[in-house]
Amino acid sequence: MVHRSEVRVGSPKIKKYLDQHLRKDRLRFVACGSVDDGKSSLLGRLVFDSDGLYEDQINSLKLDRKISSKKGKILDFSLLFDGLLAEREQGITIDVAYRYLSTKKRNFIIIDTPGHEQYTRNMATGASNAEAAIILVDARRGLLEQTRRHSFIISLLGIKHVAVAVNKMDLVDWSQKIFQCISDEYTSFASKIGLTQTLIVPTSAVTGENICQIGNNTPWYEGGTLLDYLENVKPDHKSFSSEFRMPVQWVNRANQNFRGLCGTISNGTLRVGQKITALPSDIVTTVERIISPRGDVDLANEGTAITLTLANEIDISRGDYLSGIKNKPEVTDQFKATIVWMDKKPLFSGRIYILRTSSGFAIAQITSLHHKVDLSTLISHSTKSLSLNEIGICNIALDRVIPLDNYKKDKETGSFILIDRSDCSTVACGMVEHSLRRAQNIIPFKVHLDKKARASANQQKACVIWFTGLSGAGKSTIADLVEYKLHSSGFKTMSLDGDNMRSGLNRDLGFTEADRVENIRRVAEVTKLMVDAGLIVLASFISPFRSERQFARDLLEEDEFYEVFIDTPIEICEKRDPKGLYKKAKSGLLPNFTGIDSPYEEPANPDLRLDTTEEEPETQANKIISFLKEKGILKWWL
Amino acid sequence: MPNHLEQLESESIFILREIVAQFRKPVMLYSVGKDSSVMLHLAEKAFFPAPIPFPVLHVDTTWKFKEMISFRDRVALDKKLELIAYTNEEGIKKGINPFSSGSAVYIEVMKTEALKKALDHYGFDAAIGGARRDEEKSRAKERIFSIRNSSHRWDPKRQRPELWKIFNGKIKKDESIRAFPLSNWTEFDVWHYIYEEKIDIPSLYFAKPRPVVRRENTLIVVDDERLPLERNESPILRPVRFRSLGCYPLTGAVESEASTVLEILEEMMLSKSSERVGRLIDNDAGASMEEKKQEGYF
Repeated sequence: MVHRSEVRVGSPKIKKYLDQHLRKDRLRFVACGSVDDGKSSLLGRLVFDSDGLYEDQINSLKLDRKISSKKGKILDFSLLFDGLLAEREQGITIDVAYRYLSTKKRNFIIIDTPGHEQYTRNMATGASNAEAAIILVDARRGLLEQTRRHSFIISLLGIKHVAVAVNKMDLVDWSQKIFQCISDEYTSFASKIGLTQTLIVPTSAVTGENICQIGNNTPWYEGGTLLDYLENVKPDHKSFSSEFRMPVQWVNRANQNFRGLCGTISNGTLRVGQKITALPSDIVTTVERIISPRGDVDLANEGTAITLTLANEIDISRGDYLSGIKNKPEVTDQFKATIVWMDKKPLFSGRIYILRTSSGFAIAQITSLHHKVDLSTLISHSTKSLSLNEIGICNIALDRVIPLDNYKKDKETGSFILIDRSDCSTVACGMVEHSLRRAQNIIPFKVHLDKKARASANQQKACVIWFTGLSGAGKSTIADLVEYKLHSSGFKTMSLDGDNMRSGLNRDLGFTEADRVENIRRVAEVTKLMVDAGLIVLASFISPFRSERQFARDLLEEDEFYEVFIDTPIEICEKRDPKGLYKKAKSGLLPNFTGIDSPYEEPANPDLRLDTTEEEPETQANKIISFLKEKGILKWWL
Repeated sequence: MPNHLEQLESESIFILREIVAQFRKPVMLYSVGKDSSVMLHLAEKAFFPAPIPFPVLHVDTTWKFKEMISFRDRVALDKKLELIAYTNEEGIKKGINPFSSGSAVYIEVMKTEALKKALDHYGFDAAIGGARRDEEKSRAKERIFSIRNSSHRWDPKRQRPELWKIFNGKIKKDESIRAFPLSNWTEFDVWHYIYEEKIDIPSLYFAKPRPVVRRENTLIVVDDERLPLERNESPILRPVRFRSLGCYPLTGAVESEASTVLEILEEMMLSKSSERVGRLIDNDAGASMEEKKQEGYF
């Protein structure tokens, strides 16, 4: 939408106007507040008073008012923004909405975010791309936990410019005292979380006071209007330098002679002939050609999507990073980060996720969870898990090195999301604190003997046979028989099960979901060491979660891990109940028992599935031996 | 710093490249309109000097303006596009049309169903559309990568959080995404860009005398003899143009004198009526676009 009052009918000035319009800069700002602070109304008023609404949208507003249960003598501006049916029925804002406004001075992208606690993740989504923020406070209710939570997220996501609108001033008789009280309280809170440049303004969406024009009801207010603030606030530029940086997004192989690297310059400028380095390899090279959306150029600026070619051919692919030779991002596979958890399923220390940065990705493990932050008190608590909307500090280890920086230094190399490997949803967003130097310091000790050498000394091929299934399914029985057969034929073996692991190494762990995850993580690591030692390992664990079994598999090579699913129905396990555990669990004496009150996730594609209801353990064991022969672990004549 | 349009242009190019890098088999939905024309232009820039690395899909309801089809074929030839024109033949066999079937059934069968069938038939895992967030209230909340289940349904409560410029394109088997590179453009930006970049668009957007009939405050252009006329109706010549293009019996024209892009821009700045008002399908109920989107309509 364009500021209509600027143009007259038949104006010959249209071209001049377009040029001016082009040169206006753009500000993205996020608007947040608690339920019923009147945020949508305030934004509607802002758009309305700055003349950005088309007439049929105003007509549609009038029409909407008839079907809405919200009452009001004047136009309900919030209906402009609360678009989804579910929201209009309930009279609340669920999802982030984007609006576009153009005033004489600036173009705006307005990011309207929800106020309900359960949608905090959407609030972070909205704030991630904003350069400034408006926070609403209801003058009648003062600062709420939601106000603090939102302010904290805004500060966390690196927004420095904040305007606080103390709204509904008309409902407190324009009381200067109330305004001052809220203003003082907010200022003191804001300084604690690093928000230092704030404007606090008394407003009313109903009368439009101090939104676009200074009103008559607050003669004691000496500051400017909200619009004035938004039109003049200067978005931050990166603090470190104008050094060139660009993630490689796609490699363009138009023909045999053309190999272009595509990306958007995230910082600084780039010139033809400039020396740059490619990360993580850190090979220095020279820019030969820059293709911008305007064609070939000698110089390209920050924010421009370009394709560049290099003077010499080096191996670069998507996810690699190009940087000026000074001020390079760090390259690491371990770092400390703040994460906002966005999924219904909680985060457990030890779990594996996919980490995605602006164009790269890696397999990531939360190696330790330091603490979570209580947003109302700003006090840290130690924790083993994070639930939906909680914010925590953790260490993350990756399966490869990637370039990264402190988030405050560079949002692009400092930000990432975590993706659940089975349902592919985005479960967290994160901001890098710093790399853990350990990654550079612990150089894997170069040993001359590797696992292949050790295995061949044992005259065998090392691997693990991972038995999973419910308690009482028959895992240990079958594993024992297999081990006996292998041992008799001269193979070097080792059995791992709940009994020998939980009585020693894992003595400190219980049976909660978090402890089960940690239990299997340790088992998997021990298994890996034993395979490195050249042994055939028989691991029998309920291992109820797919994610941890996948973790164990990922630690090893493809031909070293075989998952055997002992598929015994729970009714039969219950009937067998060799240790009397089901009986205890059913009577409530054994909480978190798999199959009773804790889930078991069946393997989707086990290497071998055994049904124990029909055949004897001996037959099952022989099946496994044949399977190992098929896989080349055992020679066929044994 | 790049200017306003250059910022939008670079952001859209980033999204287009991201789709190509993350998906196995993307397709661009080409509706022949101004937004599609801008998208094609951006795609050419994004992948230059390589050709556009995905096919373009046009869902042909058989009720498009004649000029749209000739324009489409000419553009496909000029730009060497891999054009897929898809029509729901089953709907044709059943005799579905915008008049006797009613616009709701017609849209469902010839557009929504047709699109889903085409996507399934070719196994596309990402469909690039030209929707913008400023068009309509429910679109204002759409993500740039919008996940759809195996039956192409959109669940507004299951949207993935979308942060920074990090797009999660990971999907389960049989899921797909709709991607919207023009999300942050306004109607004015689109026209402004067409002006600056001299992008070719169908002449239906420019005013000229056309035969029209007036129905419920909407001007319908009689594009061919298939439009059933009421007894007292006879087409009259009016200087009209279109603000958006679709199936001619369902797309209202506006009276206008604007015959150049510059005149359109000027008219827009003075205009009192936003774009989608000319489309009859949106007026059924306040949030009907949301319902259509849940069913898989773009």
